[in-house]
Amino acid sequence: MEILLSDLLEQYGYDFTGYSRASLKRRISRLYGLDKALSFAEFRYRINNDHGYFKRFVEQITVNVTEMFRDPSFFKTLRDVVLPKLGTYPFIRIWLAGCSTGEEAYSISIILKELNLLHKSLIYATDLNPTVLEKAAQSMFAMSQMKQYSENYILSGGTKDFSSYYTANYSLAKFDDELKSKIIFSTHNLVSDHSFNEFQLILCRNVLIYFDRDLQHKVLSLFDESLEELGYLALGTKETINFSQITDRYKRLQTEKIWRKVEV
Amino acid sequence: MKKCEAFIIGGSAGSLDVLLRLLPRIDAAIPFPIIIVIHRKHGSDSLLTDLLSSRTKLIVKEVDEKENIVAGTVYIAPSDYHLLIERDNTFSLDYSEKINYSRPAIDVTFQTAAEVYKSNLYCLLLSGSNSDGVNGLKSVQLWGGKTLIQDPASAQVAYMPAQAKLHVKIDHILGIEDMGDFINLLA
Ligand SMILES: C[S@@+](CC[C@H](N)C(=O)[O-])C[C@H]1O[C@@H](n2cnc3c(N)ncnc32)[C@H](O)[C@@H]1O
Repeated sequence: MEILLSDLLEQYGYDFTGYSRASLKRRISRLYGLDKALSFAEFRYRINNDHGYFKRFVEQITVNVTEMFRDPSFFKTLRDVVLPKLGTYPFIRIWLAGCSTGEEAYSISIILKELNLLHKSLIYATDLNPTVLEKAAQSMFAMSQMKQYSENYILSGGTKDFSSYYTANYSLAKFDDELKSKIIFSTHNLVSDHSFNEFQLILCRNVLIYFDRDLQHKVLSLFDESLEELGYLALGTKETINFSQITDRYKRLQTEKIWRKVEV
Repeated sequence: MKKCEAFIIGGSAGSLDVLLRLLPRIDAAIPFPIIIVIHRKHGSDSLLTDLLSSRTKLIVKEVDEKENIVAGTVYIAPSDYHLLIERDNTFSLDYSEKINYSRPAIDVTFQTAAEVYKSNLYCLLLSGSNSDGVNGLKSVQLWGGKTLIQDPASAQVAYMPAQAKLHVKIDHILGIEDMGDFINLLA
């Protein structure tokens, strides 16, 4: 596996060496079995020489599972505390790092719209994997998920009829274009790319769990650099900034994994 | 005798009761970690941790990601994440697809632990109504670890341990009352 990782770095500039090994290894073995590779040598050759296959490799070893309004209480805090606070600003810039297929981005967009803030907001939704971003930009999700998402939405404090946000098209739900109008989907690799703006809210949920501590330190510094004074940083339910050097400048909000950058 | 570096317990329907009876019997100075992966509804984490810690002097805690695995501690896999064991003796979490309709999946923890602890691993599969854990036990066996199941006859739902018995060579079949002594004797 270490051979593959150094190939990817040399050949394509993708650095996975700071990723947690157990998960990576499971993903790689899974793909190896799925694609019925004849031998490790053949598998390696394909990744290095077939660009299409390399794309598939990256898609398959990163975990893209996501949901709308996942962890409803988190979205409730965004709705009740964080976004109203940011609503007092003339313009709201949000960075959603590791947005995967976009379910989170549309969830935030829905809340902004209901708070009447969407017109003055911009959501930069980024991911290292271009394929998930293409999917995200289509604003279509499986109809079969809508019952669950609608329940999550209600639990997160939503009061509208969730189905008013999409039109059903056979097995797909197509979300209103208005929701997408303030989202910019773009590739950004947290390992190698730099800060590209200043934000009032940065969300990066369930991405850091795949990184080792060193890489987590580095990425948290990147977020710190990209966050305005009094801005908010939101992580996944099981992630924390407690171990990192930025923690002194941040104050945790209630029980959610949301921290506010305070003046020192 | 082989040294035990980690004791992992997987369970599903009907396993909570077994844990509640087993935990009080485990010595407070147990020289290895006990890692528990049980299927349950999303969001009931602290409840389970509190319930289990009321039954033992050992520290019971829900796993934090990248946490060092320490002997004498009972770790609970958080709901809705897979729990993996890393080579440097830390935990990591993974939000990938459910396996056997489950997240956490017992298979994932057993399999990653099998490669890390090899012959110094003990994995026990309790009562349950699906076949999660069976493939995990296969890996444990392959890497030289010990495979254990709750005696299906004593299980509220026998399917899970019975499936394991059918598909994997099981080293020990334990009744509920024997589990505590078995664990203490590994010290
Ligand atoms: C499990 S998904 C999280 C989706 C969503 N944030 C959520 O919590 O539901 C993890 C995402 O992180 C992305 N990712 C992994 N490594 C990355 C990196 N180095 N830079 C940017 N995104 C990355 C993956 O492509 C994947 O889409």
